[in-house]
Amino acid sequence: MSIDTVKNAESTPDQDQPYKELGLKDDEYARIKEILGRRPTGAELAMYSVMWSEHCSYKSSKVHLKYFSDTTTDEMRSKMLAGIGENAGVVDIGDGWAITFKAESHNHPSYVEPYQGAATGVGGIVRDILAMGARPLAVMDPLRFGPADAPDTRRVLPGIVAGVGGYGNCLGLPNIGGEVVFDPTYIGNPLVNALCVGAMRVEDLHLAHASGAGNKVILYGARTGLDGIGGVSVLASETFDDTAGKRKKLPSVQVGDPFTEKVLIECSLELFQKGIVVGIQDLGGAGLSCATSELASAGDGGMHVWLDRVPLRASGMTPAEVLSSESQERMCAVVEPHNVDAFMEVCRKWDVIATEIGEVTEGDRLVITWHDEVVVDVPPRTVAHEGPVYHRPIQRPADQDALQADTPDSLPRPENVLDLIKTMVASPNLASRKWVTDQYDRYVRGGTVLAQPSDAGMIRIDEKTHRGVALSTDCNGRYTKLDPYTGAQLALAEAYRNVAASGATPVAVTNCMNFGSPEDPGVMWQFEQAVKGLADGCVELGIPVTGGNVSFYNQTGSTAILPTPVVGVLGVIDDVRRRTPTGIGAEAGETLLLLGETRAEFGGSEWAHHVHGHLGGLPPKVDLQREKLLGEVLVAGSRDGMLSAAHDLSEGGLAQALVETCLIGETGARVFLDGDLFTELFSESAGRVLVAVPRTEEQRFTDMCTARQLPWRKVGVVDPESDSLEIQDLGQLPLAELRAAWEGTLPALFD
Amino acid sequence: MRVGVITFPGTLDDVDAQRAVKYADAEAVPLWHADHDLKGVDAVIVPGGFSYGDYLRCGAIARFAPVMQEVIEAANKGMPVLGICNGFQILCEAHLLPGALTRNSKLHFVCRDQWLKVENNQTAWTTRYDKDAEILVPLKSGEGGYQADQHTLDELEGEGRVVFRYVGENPNGSRNNIAGITSANGRIVGLMPHPEHAIEALTGPTDDGLGMFLSLVDSVVKA
Repeated sequence: MSIDTVKNAESTPDQDQPYKELGLKDDEYARIKEILGRRPTGAELAMYSVMWSEHCSYKSSKVHLKYFSDTTTDEMRSKMLAGIGENAGVVDIGDGWAITFKAESHNHPSYVEPYQGAATGVGGIVRDILAMGARPLAVMDPLRFGPADAPDTRRVLPGIVAGVGGYGNCLGLPNIGGEVVFDPTYIGNPLVNALCVGAMRVEDLHLAHASGAGNKVILYGARTGLDGIGGVSVLASETFDDTAGKRKKLPSVQVGDPFTEKVLIECSLELFQKGIVVGIQDLGGAGLSCATSELASAGDGGMHVWLDRVPLRASGMTPAEVLSSESQERMCAVVEPHNVDAFMEVCRKWDVIATEIGEVTEGDRLVITWHDEVVVDVPPRTVAHEGPVYHRPIQRPADQDALQADTPDSLPRPENVLDLIKTMVASPNLASRKWVTDQYDRYVRGGTVLAQPSDAGMIRIDEKTHRGVALSTDCNGRYTKLDPYTGAQLALAEAYRNVAASGATPVAVTNCMNFGSPEDPGVMWQFEQAVKGLADGCVELGIPVTGGNVSFYNQTGSTAILPTPVVGVLGVIDDVRRRTPTGIGAEAGETLLLLGETRAEFGGSEWAHHVHGHLGGLPPKVDLQREKLLGEVLVAGSRDGMLSAAHDLSEGGLAQALVETCLIGETGARVFLDGDLFTELFSESAGRVLVAVPRTEEQRFTDMCTARQLPWRKVGVVDPESDSLEIQDLGQLPLAELRAAWEGTLPALFD
Repeated sequence: MRVGVITFPGTLDDVDAQRAVKYADAEAVPLWHADHDLKGVDAVIVPGGFSYGDYLRCGAIARFAPVMQEVIEAANKGMPVLGICNGFQILCEAHLLPGALTRNSKLHFVCRDQWLKVENNQTAWTTRYDKDAEILVPLKSGEGGYQADQHTLDELEGEGRVVFRYVGENPNGSRNNIAGITSANGRIVGLMPHPEHAIEALTGPTDDGLGMFLSLVDSVVKA
């Protein structure tokens, strides 16, 4: 097989190259030629095309994402040890602990191959956290699917859930939360987002950079194969000899091996602990192309890579394929020469294959050779950090006004509110997620304090001091469709509220922005609005965005998904033993209080969606100052032992919160409400939390709310003697009947 | 009082097992799969996880690990051994306990809080429980269905060697609702549910599992 070397490229300047098939535009290809002063080799073309893809270069989103850092104040930044641009954001949480967390999407692979797509989504985000020097501690999975009863959802959902569980369970990471949401716009494009959180001592933070000429570059972990090579295979078939084109192609979705990843984690942590790693980078999207160019670009020198040294699991791979392979469970480390033996020793202990593939050099070029012939000679920054930047056209959709004018005001109200409660708790978006979460290990490592169905997941970080963190991810795509700016803020508000409801103080934000095609000006408008809303919201709450991920081109045919900016909020709790549970009944004699204000807000609500298939009007109002106050009250209530349970109100309103708090706590309650019962029970006004307070603390807690001007109302009492939820003027709902309705839906659909 | 906890590549619940040993005021001693050495421990726990990726068959590779040869030898001399989940599978593969664990009847991985009935409180690991007591501990496994031939089942039942039985709906298709069994001498116990995840109410459903580790301390001190 003839290899396209730099020498060859210089002597054949006019050779046709399949840059279009690789997704590069004419001007991008011209720019590469300008950078290099010649045509790229096949391997260089593979690197540029994959690194300049939307997924890796953020070329459509970059100009907008800048708004996050532009709006982050020094005060917001004060606890941040690493931010946007690193593998994951890092926050100082006190006691010498640093927490790193990040979410990422794996949407398209999961549609093609649900199990492996979801599994490798978990694997990828876990390696991102590991690459910061942290021990991964827990995962969460926000998921979106088409209608629950659609045939393709039956294909996709069980596979994705099994993939998340299969990989995460085998890795030994507890799954502490996430979301499952159904909407018709996701039918041909489910969303699989994965979040991982890890912890390290502050001094152990590792950043991805290759510094110090003479330092060795070591690739360790799994062998490199032909899996996960997407568009690059056209290089093999078109540029090179014909036999390569006839080779049986492997699926372009990567195949994961969680056992290898578990060993890779333990091996890496031992390497970190021995202090023999200068820089570290995980291999994810774009494989070695990404790892070598990013390491070199972030360092202070160049890099030489002997690509033929890479251990392979397929024969006859071309340099372009080796560079682009997305084989899983691989890491790249930069090690000082005198530590190489010690590095190899640790890898041998764990039976991890490790190979010295390169060296940090003087100068500023990334040079890659293949059996002594130069196949890549590029300035690494042009590959990794100086890709194209697009100012895509932005246009508020023409039908946005009509959408907002189509309010739910005229939708018929229910005749029987009690029946509506039973209908709604069994609806796919509100029903118990037990069928899903029972397939995930939530106990492993023994640090899980709260997990599904709690509002937030919580893990203990330090067994001596009991310090811990809480996390929640949220997004209501219908709200965001109606008003992307407000919708993003509502997602932020809900995640913030969930974390505070658990007793933790929110400190940082990550996001996973899932949108349609950036080439659609309407989608870009949604994106721009959502970024602004989220960034402005973070300023108002005083907590920074520490990282994130953008996934574009989420469409079914020409229909974009609901704009879905999933927001993850991290909170800190100094003593996990004072966490606030979600279910009532923990103490004898509790009063139910509703914090916040209820307005008749039904735009984008679960009721309008489920009962009337209606989406229109405006989403609920958002008041972030109020959310902040509410959060402070919830944390103070937890700290002073005044709260025995707290449950956030969101989709499905107070009715859903009441049903869930009773069922989770396995305890009945008597509720009395004023005003229009339908509005009281089903409005989705933001900024509300249902709390249970021991009767002995009621006066003290309500005095605090009044003094701080947080509206509160007594809405009922917990009744341990009762096995039903009783709502005055409506009637009784036996808990057994509610449980059957709530827990029966997903098994009936997917078992 | 020193209790060894084995780590194979792919073991996950070793940290939990070590913590449980400490909660019972004993010393946890990490044991590495490749070592021919039990470091002078008084008892061994084979914890849960996916040893060697559980490739081939759960526990089938782990039984051949160097450290397991030492465990088999010590167990045959009467050392108390506890196998939890993957550890139970490994003890069955090593023929320290009879039977085998198969794919859950509903095929999914199941993680849930599970009620168990204590059927035998005479083993080295269960003396702290009342007979017929019901305890709540996590169950989390994909291949937890206990299977054995009728003769073996009759023998286990006849000799009172069923230690724990599932209460309520059978979660995985185990024969006779068997959750855990013991060796003829009552020193070796294997079970699918995870007592090491139920040692404090903060992180587990209950602290019902701690009794197993306290029972061990009692029986070793008594011996």
